Amino acid sequence: MTQKPYDDIPGTFVFDADRSREGYWLNQFCISLRQEKNRQAFRDDPEAHMSRFAMTEDQKQAVRDRDWNRLLELGGNIYYTSKLAAFDGIVFQDLAAMMSHMSRDDYRKMMVEGGRKIEGNRYKSEWEKE
Amino acid sequence: MARITAGIACSHVPAIGVAMDQGITDQPYWQPVFKGFEFSRKWNEENKPDVVFLVYNDHCTAFDASVIPTFAIGCAADFTPADEGFGPRPVPVVKGHQKLASHIAQSVILDEFDLTIMNEMEVDHGLTVPLSVMFGDRKPGDDWGTLVIPLAVNVVQYPAPTANRCYNLGKAIRRAIDSYPEDLNVHIYGTGGMSHQLQAERAGLINAEWDQNFMDMLVNEPDKARKIDHVEFLRETGSEGIEMVMWLVMRGALDEKVTEVHRHYHVPASNTAVGHLILENHG
Ligand SMILES: [Fe+2]
Repeated sequence: MTQKPYDDIPGTFVFDADRSREGYWLNQFCISLRQEKNRQAFRDDPEAHMSRFAMTEDQKQAVRDRDWNRLLELGGNIYYTSKLAAFDGIVFQDLAAMMSHMSRDDYRKMMVEGGRKIEGNRYKSEWEKE
Repeated sequence: MARITAGIACSHVPAIGVAMDQGITDQPYWQPVFKGFEFSRKWNEENKPDVVFLVYNDHCTAFDASVIPTFAIGCAADFTPADEGFGPRPVPVVKGHQKLASHIAQSVILDEFDLTIMNEMEVDHGLTVPLSVMFGDRKPGDDWGTLVIPLAVNVVQYPAPTANRCYNLGKAIRRAIDSYPEDLNVHIYGTGGMSHQLQAERAGLINAEWDQNFMDMLVNEPDKARKIDHVEFLRETGSEGIEMVMWLVMRGALDEKVTEVHRHYHVPASNTAVGHLILENHG
């Protein structure tokens, strides 16, 4: 893949056409959970409900593992994967904590104190130095 | 003649809607957020719009991954609040102004902005939260107190339309509304933002200094604001901060010089910096 101008932003998956293409069925699976009848189907038989969507085995495994960052890496978009989290009863802020490897309380505290700072979080090179 | 008398910028954080729906707005966490809306509601009472032209984005609710219109205008008679996975928000059905909406669609398309026309559309928190902010608590059987023309902008899949394109579309919308014969007081809303990132390891990013500069620039130097490129939004304001391009549509529809009558900024509401402006048009 050619270099993209946003590739050097750390800890971020920019949902562009390449990711959208790769994640299409994963995202369609996730958004199906917006509707109760599909939530029921997924509750009753997760594998059967997943098999209605042409996901790759890696994507299915990331769903089984609830590996939230891996889902994004495989083309998932947060507005879609958050429906899977909601299915599990996870509120958005706790999902954000999980994705950034923080405890719920530490993440909340960080937000109340003004959020994650921009200093040191603009470029991948700044993360590599640590 | 129809006139745009004011522009309103407003974050549309879903948790703001939830806090109102659950009646917890005076809890210490929410109190500073809603304090900044008190003036807005009074001002809105005194300057009641007939129609709100509301620029927002759909969060994979009306549009899933199968259809991604860059700009879609709502021309339906009404728009039902959508079930986003927790049941629909307990707020009124949104009523459209069909004649004005189709007039704007026609005018803007002939002005070379190729909008998608939506004759049926459900609306999510992106649209209903800013209405709740400005119009206060409303129950499902109530009236919102205004007609609404929704304009949904793609900011989910990269690239969103550029800030400059959004600004120019705002100008075209202004021309369309100015040429509508009915006497109507129109407000235009630009919603979303401010800095926030909802995903991956950099989740929770906030850039308050950038946000404040952006508000200054948007009000006084829109010609600078419309040159901000996507990579700057992504890097400086987080992956979801790109929503701020929608504020440019609003700004483009106002006069070159406007009066800022209200500004509110607070961190956080959930994962997001809340920003809000009321700008009055002179023309
Ligand atoms: Fe949004």
